[in-house]
Amino acid sequence: MTFRTRMASALRLGCAAVALSATAALAQDGPIRIGVLEDQSGDFAAATMVKVNAITLAAEEINAAGGIGGRPVELVVYDTQSDNTRYQEFMRRVLQSDKVDVVFAGFSSASREAYRPIVNQFDGLAFYNNQYEGGVCDANMIVTGAVPEQQFSTLIPWMMETYGKNVYTIAADYNFGQISAEWVRKIVEDNGGTMVGEEFIPLGVSQFSQTIQNIQGAKPDFVVTLLVGAAQASYYEQAAAANVGLPMASSVNVGQGYEHKRFTPPSLKDMYVTTNYIEEVDTPESKAFIEKFRARFPDEPYINQEAANSYIAMYLYKSMVERAGTTDHAALRAEIAKGDVCFDGPSGKVCLDPKSQHMSHNIFLAKVNEDHSIEFPKVWENIAPYWLGEAGCDLTQNDPSEQYTPSNPPTK
Amino acid sequence: MFATAFSFLYQFGDAFAFLVIASMGLAIIFGMMGVINLAHGEFITCGAYVTATLAQKGLPLPLAILGGAACAGIIGMILEITIIRRLYHRPLDSIVATWGISMIATQGVLIVLGSTMQGVGTPLGSFSVGGYSYSTYRLVLMAIAVLLLLGLYLLFYHTRFGVIARATIQLPRMARATGVDTSRIYTLTFGLGAALAGLAGGLYAPTMTLVPTMGSTFIVESFVTVVIGGGDIFMGAAPAAAILAVIRAGMTAWQGQLFGQIGLLLTVIVVIRLMPGGLSGWLLRGRK
Repeated sequence: MTFRTRMASALRLGCAAVALSATAALAQDGPIRIGVLEDQSGDFAAATMVKVNAITLAAEEINAAGGIGGRPVELVVYDTQSDNTRYQEFMRRVLQSDKVDVVFAGFSSASREAYRPIVNQFDGLAFYNNQYEGGVCDANMIVTGAVPEQQFSTLIPWMMETYGKNVYTIAADYNFGQISAEWVRKIVEDNGGTMVGEEFIPLGVSQFSQTIQNIQGAKPDFVVTLLVGAAQASYYEQAAAANVGLPMASSVNVGQGYEHKRFTPPSLKDMYVTTNYIEEVDTPESKAFIEKFRARFPDEPYINQEAANSYIAMYLYKSMVERAGTTDHAALRAEIAKGDVCFDGPSGKVCLDPKSQHMSHNIFLAKVNEDHSIEFPKVWENIAPYWLGEAGCDLTQNDPSEQYTPSNPPTK
Repeated sequence: MFATAFSFLYQFGDAFAFLVIASMGLAIIFGMMGVINLAHGEFITCGAYVTATLAQKGLPLPLAILGGAACAGIIGMILEITIIRRLYHRPLDSIVATWGISMIATQGVLIVLGSTMQGVGTPLGSFSVGGYSYSTYRLVLMAIAVLLLLGLYLLFYHTRFGVIARATIQLPRMARATGVDTSRIYTLTFGLGAALAGLAGGLYAPTMTLVPTMGSTFIVESFVTVVIGGGDIFMGAAPAAAILAVIRAGMTAWQGQLFGQIGLLLTVIVVIRLMPGGLSGWLLRGRK
């Protein structure tokens, strides 16, 4: 861009800002536009197509009940094809040319980190409705998915108490897997256990013979599986065929990719997952949600935790906009700062934490039985996403737009 | 001691079987015929999906796998007749055309059959040697890989079809002059390559997640094997698979999957730098 065009675009932006504020009152009458960037094809599609349906369901319900503060909801949906560069392209498109009020975007952490700088650049507002490795302290992001202090601080100590203190982690080799494995390592050590092994698997790897043997050689009491994508999911079948027979713990399986439905029993026997929702959750709220969902989308293979999160996020956004009386981001954040933006949804009551803009969760420990039915040996109620706040992230005070990890906490 | 030796042999055999089974179809289509087919992974997916469907309909698994291979072969022949044949002398166009076919196939499967398919489960159970347990089915895969190499060798070097096919590919005009219907041979050879890809999908279907993109997980390994092997399947791809299997099994045992992949790709760089004709070009260098 030359200096002249830069000046021109700066001028245009300035004019646009004036024009926008002048027509703000008028815009109130138009629809509220919501960008939806989710993978409807590619490696992650199995877990994420349902998110689009959940958002559609919520939008239709909201519109049938009179919209958000009287304004109808309009979805702008793009297929991001499990491809990080598509996220960047489409994020620019929804923010710049479609001019949406809010974006619901992303499955993998790599995709989130790919689009997050663009959301920051255009000062957009994005909901990330996925469980992830935690640590994103960014005022432009609202996270409804569960984070390690909700999934691992519950799961790992429970597994160590039940099965023993020697732990082996296999994790997908990208930011999600690496940071999640760091959490597991920390929690295992804090609880007096030993990491007998750790292996990071490149995305797309589908052959696990040697990995299976490495695990057997290390003799762990249980295996933490943080595998991502359809190719890596082949591990379970291959481990079962080799009769590894070790209990498994995970924050991603079952709750996202419904492996227990797709694989032949008993390949997922003794898999333990902490999730904030799956369709087997046996509460009246959950049953009502499933009934609505299946009535609208009868062919939906599985209603997973991300479907619930996406649905909840729509209603959280609705309540924030209605309370603030505007879609202006600063006004919405002021509502979050009050600490009482909550929703009674399919997984029970959840609230947004003002400091991190993450969500509290009821965490269900799902156990996969030999016939691949699910039971819930334990439920942890109302676990707050406390780590970021305790570590020093406070979005009501300042916005570092960083992602932190236990070994790289915020500087106080 | 025995247990350690066995475990290394098993891992070597497992990697070898995967490389051989995954690369045979490509070795024929790309290595022998010189056709660049970016839809190769979709033949593999096709074989896997047909195998799983037939097995779920109650057909015994071996028959279901053959059904998968046959189906991929037939589709391969249809594609050859309708599209690939017209592009033999336009390699760049064939890249674009087969890439398009690949996208249509992947997306078509996704739309028609959904994002995932119920698996069939690995048969034959497991056995254990010295504290480690292994899947028996993978031993079968190793045996099949060896039989496959043997069978293809006999087919191409000891049958009339094999002689004619090699003649057609080396000197099409001469073959035509002696009365060979070369376009039929091209179709059959391409079909054979597609069927072998389908066979790979069928054989690995019980051990993997069935998704529309599953074929692509075979592609890197099969291209690596064929490129290192060079033009001749038996003088090239078989030893290439053996060498790569040692490197992959060793590196993965030592430092994990990432290093297994790094080792694989480094080997390619070194081999094609030192032997531009691949292993078979190097082994056969005295013959010309």
